[in-house]
Amino acid sequence: MTTYYKNVYIDDTATVCGPYEKKGPLRRYFDKCYDDLYIGEDSYEKAEIKLVRTSLKILLKKANIDKYNIDLVIGGDLLNQITASTYGTYGVGNGFIGIYGACSSSVLGMIIASNFIEAGFVNNCCCVVSSHNLSSEKQFRNPVEYGAPRPDSATFTSTGAASCLLSRKKTSIKVESSTIGKIIDYGQNDANDMGRVMAPAAIDTLKRHLDDTGRKADYYDLILTGDLGKYGKEILIDYMRDCYNINLKGNYNDCGTMLYDLYEQKDVHAGGSGPSCGALVVYSYIIHLMRRKKIKRVLFLATGALFSPTLLYQKENINAICHAISLEAV
Amino acid sequence: MKNTKYDLIANSHKSEETRKKNAFIAFITGGLIGLIGEGMIELFCLNFSMSRTDAGTLMIVVYIFLASLSTALGFFDKLVSVCRCGLLIPITGFAHSMTSASLDFKREGPIYGIGSNMFKLAGSVIIYGVVSAWLFGLIRYLIGGSI
Repeated sequence: MTTYYKNVYIDDTATVCGPYEKKGPLRRYFDKCYDDLYIGEDSYEKAEIKLVRTSLKILLKKANIDKYNIDLVIGGDLLNQITASTYGTYGVGNGFIGIYGACSSSVLGMIIASNFIEAGFVNNCCCVVSSHNLSSEKQFRNPVEYGAPRPDSATFTSTGAASCLLSRKKTSIKVESSTIGKIIDYGQNDANDMGRVMAPAAIDTLKRHLDDTGRKADYYDLILTGDLGKYGKEILIDYMRDCYNINLKGNYNDCGTMLYDLYEQKDVHAGGSGPSCGALVVYSYIIHLMRRKKIKRVLFLATGALFSPTLLYQKENINAICHAISLEAV
Repeated sequence: MKNTKYDLIANSHKSEETRKKNAFIAFITGGLIGLIGEGMIELFCLNFSMSRTDAGTLMIVVYIFLASLSTALGFFDKLVSVCRCGLLIPITGFAHSMTSASLDFKREGPIYGIGSNMFKLAGSVIIYGVVSAWLFGLIRYLIGGSI
């Protein structure tokens, strides 16, 4: 389902990250970096809540808006009961919607916000996503200190929170259109190869977005996927070329491979993942490029693996979803 | 829904298998753990005039202590990334799985946290250890006639 927008703009963005992201190539574009994964708190869950809080605080300061003047806050993260968002956004805005789209939450939030703004129900909306490497390790995998060896195809949940303020007020970056993805099951069930699980969803949403809008892939200066990693990225390029004859030449990249230096930072294996991974890259570096008119049209496809350890042990496949949003510098 | 075309393309972009290298490293490091353990038994037998069974038990206790301490100090996982599963399969890995799970849940308190989650990984080892000991004991009894 593709929707076009006329009155939705990105007012400002704020990004906060952890130590691994600080060592990555995009460090100077982030608003705040922490050196420690605890961030002065006594547990990883509380640290993630603090990340959300800090990013909102920075966003409100940058956009010069009072927290009571935010009409709606939309938040999502990976923790059970999306607690980082519910606790972290407490006290901000006049309404809250919690969403879960796994790693696709960032774009899902932006789409919901854009629809509210376009319909005229609200004037502005704040979207926030977060993830924490160790709180997700604890929840989805083994204990933090266990450190079991992992294959090279595994991805690394990024630590950080990214928020953006969408509003009716005209700015230099416009939300042009969006495509809501559907749940895809290609029979994949390897939790250590999420790129392979999520690539079909990205392929499906990208194809449908191009079909619905009647555009060619080179219409966009940059097509970005959220967190497919090194291998998922290659799969997507090959599949689009072989099956749909769509050539993603130089205008395609994956945020998971951009957030870290894959040669220097071996710990991240195939690249970054998590709701904050794509959002950290887009809300900092990409927005920076768009403001300076280096690139004009960007299609951001946030991919998410709807992964539950319980159902995986019950021999179910891992489903994936991908939502797309098109941004334009005006 | 299975998509053969997709699987075909995805299979050509798999990570390189490092299983042989990992198995070799685990063989060497696991062997080293065994060698040091045997050395410890000899040491205890000679110096403290212990029986071999008692010395074996003491060796296990020493390993459990060292593994738990290095987990608590935060460098066991770094050792695992170098030594691979050679450290996880012996008793050191068992101790490590319990300590790391306890550390993860210490903020939830002693009852709902540490107590109920300590055996998250080690529980399977204990239950199947006991079941297989019972099974093999039974087989041995049926074949050999005595235990």
